[in-house]
This record gives sequence, C-alpha cells and structure tokens, in this order.
Amino acid sequence: MMTPRDALEVLAEVRGRHVVITTMTSAGIWPAISDTPLDFAYIPSSMGQGLSLGLGLALTQRDVIAIMGDGSLLMNLGSLVTIAQHPAHLHVILLDNGLYEVTGGQAVAGAGRTDFPGLARAAGLAHVFAFDDLEEWKANAGIVIAGPAPSFTALKVEGRLGQKTPLPPRPMSEQIARLRRSAADEPRTK
Amino acid sequence: MEERNVHSGSEFRIPNSTFRIMLDGPAITDSLQACGITHVVWIPDGFLGTWESALLRSSAIKLIRCCREGEAIAVAGGLLLGSAKPVVVVQCTGLFEAGDALRNIVHDLGLPLILIVGVRSQIAFEKGKSTDNCPAFIGPIVDAWKLPHSVLDPNSDGPGELIAAIRTFQRDNCAGVILIAE
Repeated sequence: MMTPRDALEVLAEVRGRHVVITTMTSAGIWPAISDTPLDFAYIPSSMGQGLSLGLGLALTQRDVIAIMGDGSLLMNLGSLVTIAQHPAHLHVILLDNGLYEVTGGQAVAGAGRTDFPGLARAAGLAHVFAFDDLEEWKANAGIVIAGPAPSFTALKVEGRLGQKTPLPPRPMSEQIARLRRSAADEPRTK
Repeated sequence: MEERNVHSGSEFRIPNSTFRIMLDGPAITDSLQACGITHVVWIPDGFLGTWESALLRSSAIKLIRCCREGEAIAVAGGLLLGSAKPVVVVQCTGLFEAGDALRNIVHDLGLPLILIVGVRSQIAFEKGKSTDNCPAFIGPIVDAWKLPHSVLDPNSDGPGELIAAIRTFQRDNCAGVILIAE
C-alpha cells in the first residue's frame, strides 16, 4: 500500500496540462506538490460533488483529472453512471483509504469491502484501473493519464488518523479567475 | 431566435384535466436557444419530461442527464467554470434534496447558476385541490437559499416571459430560479 502523498506525487509527474481538481484529503496535500492555475482545490466543497464539477468542466473541452476519496465517491455513486455516458476527457482518481479522514478517521460504510473498480465497470466505464502498490502505480500512471477517457483509477492508500479539514491555498474567487485565465492559453493535451 | 409572436402551445393531460401549455418543449427549446443556453442539465419529472424530444432536436443545446439533483447542480457548476451557459432543470423535490450543492455552487463558488424548477401540484394546490405540500415549501426554500426567483404559469406565460426571466438573471450575472407551476 502507498501513502496518499506518494500516490499524488506520482500523478503530478504525469498530469501534463490537465486541470487537476482536488477534494478533501487530496486538497490538503496537492498544493505542496503543485500549485499552478491548472490546480483547483475544491474547498469549500459540497462533499461528493468534485467529480461532477470535473465532468462539467471536461464537457467544455478541458482535460481534467478529478481526485476524490472513497467517502466522497460514496456520496455520489450515480456520478459514475453520468460520467460513463459522456465522452468527456475526465480521468477519475480514487484514493481509497476506508476512512472519512478529514473528520478524524471514522470508517466509511463498507470500508475494505467495496469493489470500487467493479462499481465503475458496472456503471459503464470502459477504462478502469486499480493499483495498491506504489511501484506498479509509478509504472502505469503515465499510461493511464495519456490513455483514453473517461477513465477510473482506484488507488489503495494508507488511512491517516487525526487529520484536519484542509484549507484552500487561496480564496475560491481567485482560484476560479486563475483557472479561467488559463483556459485562453492552455491547449488541450490531445 | 427572438421571442415568438405566435405560439399556440400544446395540450398536457393529467388525471381529470387537460391544459393548454404555452411553455411546451418547442417553446422552451427556442427560448433557451434565444438566451444562448448551451447545456440543459436535468432530471425530468412528468411535466418537464415532455420537453425532451424538442431539446434533443436542438443542435445548439446539449442535454446532460444526471442521476441526482445535487449532482446536476455540480455538473452545471463545472460547465460555468468552463464558461458554458448551462441551465439546470429539475423538479422541486430534487431541489429540496440538493440544498448543499446549491449552497456551494451559488454561494461558495459564486457562480451564476440558473435553474428551472417544476413545482409539483402547484396548479391544483392553488385551487385547493391538492394536499401535496411541495407548493407550500418551495417558496420558503428558495428564499432561504437567497435566490431571486420568477414564477411562470405554463398555461398563460409563454416564451416571452421565460426569455425575460432568464435574461434578467444573465444581465445581473446572478444565480436565479424560475419556478414553473405544474
């Protein structure tokens, strides 16, 4: 198993010019790894909606990676069905730690038993991946992100106890302005 | 397309009643196109669903089907981030469920989200012929979320009223709700 930071550092190496939407745990880690106009920390959020926000953005011809935890995905499982029916360039990265980490570490429903890649396949997503080993993720992350979308990748990561709700790197209005400015001069990656 | 001068509407039947609806699918679609709407993100109900075939015929509007209303609001939020012009179309029951997504997109992200919300049983409620409590709650709920709103009666209001309502929200670059009495 890998730490969430290890998993995200690998992703940062291969994300190219994708917009990266982070939520919850990932939003607390990502700004220290990457903090460009293409990095969008979805804080404050409506839990579970980061994926749907990413789909909407991808439908405007942006290339998007949306990162969420298992607790968030469980609040919006239907979004997998919605994503599967749209040919948007959206890569979903799930950090599966079995916990509501930012509330202190309580177990999510079905922790350790839910087959998230199976759910994604059943929702109709054709490009589904799962990694629980850091070296395996390192070897394949570039292939996943350069590959067809929409895709779904489940990463088994270590749960951390005692975490606090992350703070945004800057006000939301500033994040939105940066992201929109970047649209004018950032070509699609493919 | 500008406002239609003549629109005869179409019949809409519910148990024991038949209405002539001015805001039918073609009228809605033409009105949304006139306002530059690019996407309809929706979960239909029995009345809103009658708009589907007309929406699907539009080359200017993409219909995005979602599974839950909060999800629809977030998808529209992403579209707005990408400078598209979506409208969310849902029944009031879905709006009740979607409060946190609405709060977040409108008030946290500050995005000018426009919603068209069907108010279940409103017409019968006004005549004292329905015990459905949806009409009683939708006004206070929309007010609680601090959203300006217009109320349209699809039997008497037509494309001109809908276009005017949408353009008011667009002009002010603010979020807003158009309630459609069902």
